[in-house]
Amino acid sequence: MTSRAAPALPAGPATQPAPPPPPPAALSRDQLVEIYYYLRLTRTLEERLVALYRQSKVIGGLFRSLGQEGESVASAYALDRGRHQDILSPLIRNLGSLLVMGAKPVEILRQYMAKAESPTHGRELNVHFNDLERGYLGQISHLGDMIPVMAGIALTFKLRGEARVGLVYIGDGGTSTGTFHEGLNLAAVQRLPLVVIGEYNHWAYSTPPAKQFAVRDLAEKAKGYGIPAVTVDGNDVIAVYEATKLAVDRARRGKGVHFIEVKTYRRKGHAEHDDQHYVPKEDLERWAQENDPVDRYVQRLLGADVVSEADLKDIDDRVRVEIDQATDACVDEPLPQAETALPGVYVDPPAADTLWFKAL
Amino acid sequence: MPEVTFLEALRQGMWEEMERDERVFILGEDVGPYGGAFKVTDGFVKRFGEARVIDTPISEAAIVGAAAGAAHMGMRPVAEMQFIDFISCAYDMLTNYVATARYRAGLATPMVVRGPCGGYVRGGPFHSQNPEAAFLHTPGLKIVYPATARDAKGLIKSSIRDEDPVLYLEHKWLYRRIKEQLPEGEEILTPIGKARLAREGKHLSIITYGATVWKSLEAAEQLEKDDGLSIEVLDLRTLVPMDDAAIMQTVQKTNKVLIVHEDTRTGGIAGEIAARINERAFEWLDGPIMRVTAHDVPLPYAPTLEDFVLPQTDDIVKAARWLAAY
Repeated sequence: MTSRAAPALPAGPATQPAPPPPPPAALSRDQLVEIYYYLRLTRTLEERLVALYRQSKVIGGLFRSLGQEGESVASAYALDRGRHQDILSPLIRNLGSLLVMGAKPVEILRQYMAKAESPTHGRELNVHFNDLERGYLGQISHLGDMIPVMAGIALTFKLRGEARVGLVYIGDGGTSTGTFHEGLNLAAVQRLPLVVIGEYNHWAYSTPPAKQFAVRDLAEKAKGYGIPAVTVDGNDVIAVYEATKLAVDRARRGKGVHFIEVKTYRRKGHAEHDDQHYVPKEDLERWAQENDPVDRYVQRLLGADVVSEADLKDIDDRVRVEIDQATDACVDEPLPQAETALPGVYVDPPAADTLWFKAL
Repeated sequence: MPEVTFLEALRQGMWEEMERDERVFILGEDVGPYGGAFKVTDGFVKRFGEARVIDTPISEAAIVGAAAGAAHMGMRPVAEMQFIDFISCAYDMLTNYVATARYRAGLATPMVVRGPCGGYVRGGPFHSQNPEAAFLHTPGLKIVYPATARDAKGLIKSSIRDEDPVLYLEHKWLYRRIKEQLPEGEEILTPIGKARLAREGKHLSIITYGATVWKSLEAAEQLEKDDGLSIEVLDLRTLVPMDDAAIMQTVQKTNKVLIVHEDTRTGGIAGEIAARINERAFEWLDGPIMRVTAHDVPLPYAPTLEDFVLPQTDDIVKAARWLAAY
C-alpha cells in the first residue's frame, strides 16, 4: 500500500451502473430537483465568469470546478442550512458548496471583479468571503489552515452544547500541509462535530498524487488519527450526499470527526491561465465523456422518472436568466475608492494612517 | 495591600476574567491539571473545568487556529504557547489567518496568544526568544509586553477584553523576580497603546520595554549617583499600537534618545522607533538615536556567552554616558 506508483484512477464507466438505481427515498422530488438547480447554477456561473475573464473584467485569476460540482453541491446539501445552522469552509473549487449555503451569484461575480459592493469590498478575491450566519467561512490561500479554524468553530458548538456541525474541505495536495494534520488530530482528540471532505481530484496545481503522498487513499491518513473515514465516488452526487449525511448526522450526535474522501477529477487547469499540458489528454476526455457528475445525475433523475427533460430545460433557462440578471446588476459597478483601503485593520485604531507623501 | 509577583498578577488577571465572562477559555499544552510549564494556570482546571481549560496536543498552529475559529463564534480564547519560542510554529496561522481576518473578511477574532518569552535565564536558543519584531510587521495584531506586576494583570485583562487579536508577551525573568503591592478588590485595567513613564529625567531618554525596563532603571539610578545625570525611562508596555505621543514627548523633553531592547538588533523594534522619531521629531534631537540591544546571534546557553550577547545594566550605563556626553 505504500507503493509510489500512481494509484489506479477510479474507472469512469465502471462506476456507472446500468440501469441507474432509483433515487434515495430520503430525498424528495423537490430536493432532487433543487440539487440539479445548484449543479447547473454552479456550472453556468463559472461559464459566465470565463466570459468575463476573457473580457478582462475579472481582475485576478479564475478557478474552475468543472467536474467537481457534484461533490461540492452534494456535500453541502447534507448540512442543516439557514441562519445559525451548520457552517462549512469551502476551497477555491467549492463554488457549488457556497451557493448551496446561500451565497448569491452576484456576490461571487462582484468578488471576482473586485467591486466596491462585493462582500469584502474589493479586499479579497473570488470565494474568499464569509457569512457565518448563513454558514460559510471563506478560506485563506494557505491550504490546511481552515482545518484548525473549523475545529475551533466545532469546538464552540461542543462547548455551548449546540447540535451544529462544521464541514471543511481539503484537497489531495492540501493533506500534505502541517496544519491539516495538526487540526485533524486536535479535532479527533476533542471528538469535535466536524466533517472533513478530502477531495482527491488528481492534481495539486501540476503535481499528481504519486508525488504528493505514498498512500493510496486519503482516507488512510484520517484513519491514522482514529477518525472513521470512507472513500466514495465523488462524481456520484447521491453517493456523496448519502455519505456526508451519515457523517453529519453522526457528528451531530456527538460521534466526533468524520472524514469522507471523494474521488473526482479536476478537468481544468489550476486556474484559467494554466493550459494543463501536464495532464494526459485521454484522461481529460474520458472523465468528461464518461464521468461528468452533472451528466450522471441527470441520467439518474431521468432514469428514475423523477423529472422530464423539459423540467430540466426549464431549470437551465431559469438559471441562465438568474446569471444574466446578476451580471447586469454588477458588471458596470465601480471599484472601491482608493481611500477605503485604510479602515478596519483593527476596531481601535479605526483606520491606518495615510502616509505623508500622499499629501504632497 | 498584598504583595504579588508578576506571575501571580498575571494569574489573577486571567482568573478574574474567567470568573467575569464565561466566554473566556484557555487552551494550550499542559495547561490543565499540570497548571502550565510555569504554573500560570495552576488551579484553573479545578475551578473552571476541563471544558474551559483545555489540554491540547503539541500543535501550536492548531491551538492558534482553533482559538481563531472559536473567537469568530463569539468566544474569548486565551491560547498559551508553552514557551513563546514555539510561536514560530503558528506564525502562518497568526500572520496570515488571524491578523488579516478583520480587514479581509470583516471577521472579529478577539483572542489572546500569550507565553513566556525572554532570556537572562540560561534557556539557550529555543527557550529565550523575543519574537515581537516578527509580529510588529504584521498589521492586524496587537502586541503588549508588560514589565510590572500591575501591568501584567492590567494588560492581560485588557487583552482578553479587546476586540482584536493580542499577542501578550510575558518575560519569564520577571515572573517571580518582580513583586508589587496590588490592591484587592480594585479592577486593574491597563489601557492598550499607552506607554508608562517609569522614571522622570531631563538629560536623556531611555525608551524600552519588558525586562530591560528594570535594567534601564538600574542604570539610571547608577548614572544619577555616579554622574549626576537625570535619565528618563519610558516603558512602552504596548508595541502595537505604539504610543507615538509619549515617545515624542520624551524626545522633546530630553533631546537625546537611547533605545534599549533585549531582542537582536537588525530589524528590531528599536529601528522602528528610531525611524518614527526621525520623521516626527528630527529637529528636537541633540544627538544620534542610539541602540542597546542583543547582538545579532542566536541566544547561546553558557552564562559567559549569554551575558555577553544580551544587553546588561552596565552596557546601558556606558551607552547612556556616551550619549549624554555627545
